Amino acid sequence: MTHATLFIQCIVDGMYPEVGEAMVSLFQRLGITMDYPENQTCCGQPSFNAGYRKEAAKAAKHYIETFEDSETIVCPSGSCVSMVRHHYPELFENEPAWKARAIAVGKRTFELTEYLVDVLHIENTGAYYDGTITYHDSCHLKRYLGVAAQPRTLISQVRGATFVEMKGCDTCCGFGGAFSTKYPDISTAMVREKVKNILDSGADAVVGCDMGCLMNIKGYLTRNTLNVRVMHIAQLLAGKKAGAV
Amino acid sequence: MSHDAATKKYAQNAASAIKDEILQKALNKIQSGLGKATALSYQNLDEGPDLRLAAHDIREKTINNLDVVLTRLAAKIRENGGRVYFARTGEQAVEYCLKIARQHHVKQVVKGKSMVTEEIRLNPAFEARGIEVNETDLGEYIIQLAGEKPSHIIAPAAHKTRQQVGRLFERKLGVPYTEDPPELTRIARKALREKFLTADMGISGCNLACAQTGHITVVSNEGNIRMATTLPKVHVAIMGMERVVPNLEDHDILFRLLSRGAAAQKLGGCVSYIGGPAGPEFPDGPEEFHLVILDNGRSRILADPKFREILCCIRCSACLNVCPVYGKIGGHAYDATYCGPIGAVLTPLMEGMNQAKDLCLGESLCGACQQACSVNIDLPRMLLELRYRLAYGDDQWETQPVSVAEKTIHQAWAFLAGHPALYRAFLRTFALGQKIFPTSRGMITKMPGPGAGWTRSRDIQPLSQTPFRKRFKKLNAKKAHG
Repeated sequence: MTHATLFIQCIVDGMYPEVGEAMVSLFQRLGITMDYPENQTCCGQPSFNAGYRKEAAKAAKHYIETFEDSETIVCPSGSCVSMVRHHYPELFENEPAWKARAIAVGKRTFELTEYLVDVLHIENTGAYYDGTITYHDSCHLKRYLGVAAQPRTLISQVRGATFVEMKGCDTCCGFGGAFSTKYPDISTAMVREKVKNILDSGADAVVGCDMGCLMNIKGYLTRNTLNVRVMHIAQLLAGKKAGAV
Repeated sequence: MSHDAATKKYAQNAASAIKDEILQKALNKIQSGLGKATALSYQNLDEGPDLRLAAHDIREKTINNLDVVLTRLAAKIRENGGRVYFARTGEQAVEYCLKIARQHHVKQVVKGKSMVTEEIRLNPAFEARGIEVNETDLGEYIIQLAGEKPSHIIAPAAHKTRQQVGRLFERKLGVPYTEDPPELTRIARKALREKFLTADMGISGCNLACAQTGHITVVSNEGNIRMATTLPKVHVAIMGMERVVPNLEDHDILFRLLSRGAAAQKLGGCVSYIGGPAGPEFPDGPEEFHLVILDNGRSRILADPKFREILCCIRCSACLNVCPVYGKIGGHAYDATYCGPIGAVLTPLMEGMNQAKDLCLGESLCGACQQACSVNIDLPRMLLELRYRLAYGDDQWETQPVSVAEKTIHQAWAFLAGHPALYRAFLRTFALGQKIFPTSRGMITKMPGPGAGWTRSRDIQPLSQTPFRKRFKKLNAKKAHG
């Protein structure tokens, strides 16, 4: 039996619970059983990226304590997984015991598409989508976790869907956490270009693996009343043909 | 300048650059052309793209043994008849150059393109003493005429259109207006040729210096550096103290990567290996050759193990050609000698972390720079390290904590992250409290405080009244029973 422990990052938990729901229904369809430790909070990435490592280390210790008994942890975000896998060990340079625990839990924490394709070797999730899709590569997912082929493989197997690459698919959307609020002009110029490339691709939906980027893209789309659907890959992969059970 | 004033200036520079349509077009051209071509040129290396990783090891080893390698370089240059001067500061380097100029009664200088001379503000010092300085790289020549600064490390006038150059030449050189690039180049060539023939001193930078042979390598695509370093009777080359390689084997690897990183070329158009002054056996070259090896804050970087890696940089500028922030704000917005990702790390280290904090905070940490770097420098790691020093302050770097308020917020968040019940209560309270914000079609359109920057151009999703944590049990149970 395949079992996964869910780490549902703060943005999905609080703002986009439907993405978590999609992940649950996708896993149910694939026969993956789940648990969800209720004490999970934030991975500490916002503090780490802003330089507040002591504070990030507190969140990291909490994550490690919450998840270290789990065999396989799956999270629908590349940047949170990158935080756990790559930056947690850096936080405990002077605490060898914690460092060892961080490395151990980091090895068992996977991003959703890397879990499906690399760990479970699943390519066809039995999903259906009627429309044209383009994919946005999130920076941390692609560059720090090396995950770019996995989501494309999964998307290519979605029945009914046509896939088109957009220009600059792996150019940053301008989110960058606090960067987007501290330097709004630069961030906006970046998301404007990203949205232009999405529109130019002709796709009716943009799919991504990180709600941070998608929140930024969606926020710009709705503000400018542009009609493109924004979907987390879990939502796409959980999709079924209308009327199908 | 106070910290807030610096932030405001950076934001204003960025905003006006974003509105400048000519600049935006130029930036787009650089990035979609050079950025992509460089990535491809790494793929086409005989050794494959992993040569970048090997080059990183070479650079790291050299930097870790810099004292030994530089001593060898200096000895070899002297053996070849050249003179070497170690300058601790930019002022010392400038003073040394001026001293040589005085000794030779120099009235006119021709220069090869060099960022390190920008760093030490060499041109204004010479001009202040009545010595005419002529930039001879076409791009540098253009911006010198325009009274501007380089906006890109290797394409200094990238922000100018040919129409602007045409009008500039018309005004400054008294030639009829033309916007035909070959004609504009011919005009510059003619003007510069006269300067080359009458100059008493040539000043250049140094792309790489080789300790084994005691030569320096300078590259241009116009042949101007070759002329600037051989025609005048004195040649002074200035190098940052990290721009050295121990031997020819390493030189070969780094030089090939430099050409690819800079311009997606297998080899720069005109490459000079300069081995010292003319002598009985080598009649070509200047009567005197000087090499100035500049520290100017580099030793301090070398002494910090977390930042030492930045000294591996060979200034190819590949990181500029892919950085999405540079791609929007251009070089001038950084208001520093070195712009783009390399400038975002180097400037705070050279000019003060507090003073230049926006350069390292104003990056999205996307990592494109490291991927493009010809020697695979982990620039994002150092951007994070700078933010860490800024967060808590750092006596070694005379850095003050950047914001008490921000620290308090992160402390509070960390406390919540460690106390799940309070964390849940906080989010629940926020979900109720957010109703005071205006919404449109279910999205929040205006937020106060730090959120204001976001909602100026984007909507934001409100918190759900039923977060995932409240939904999971039911969802999971459904399947188990169904």
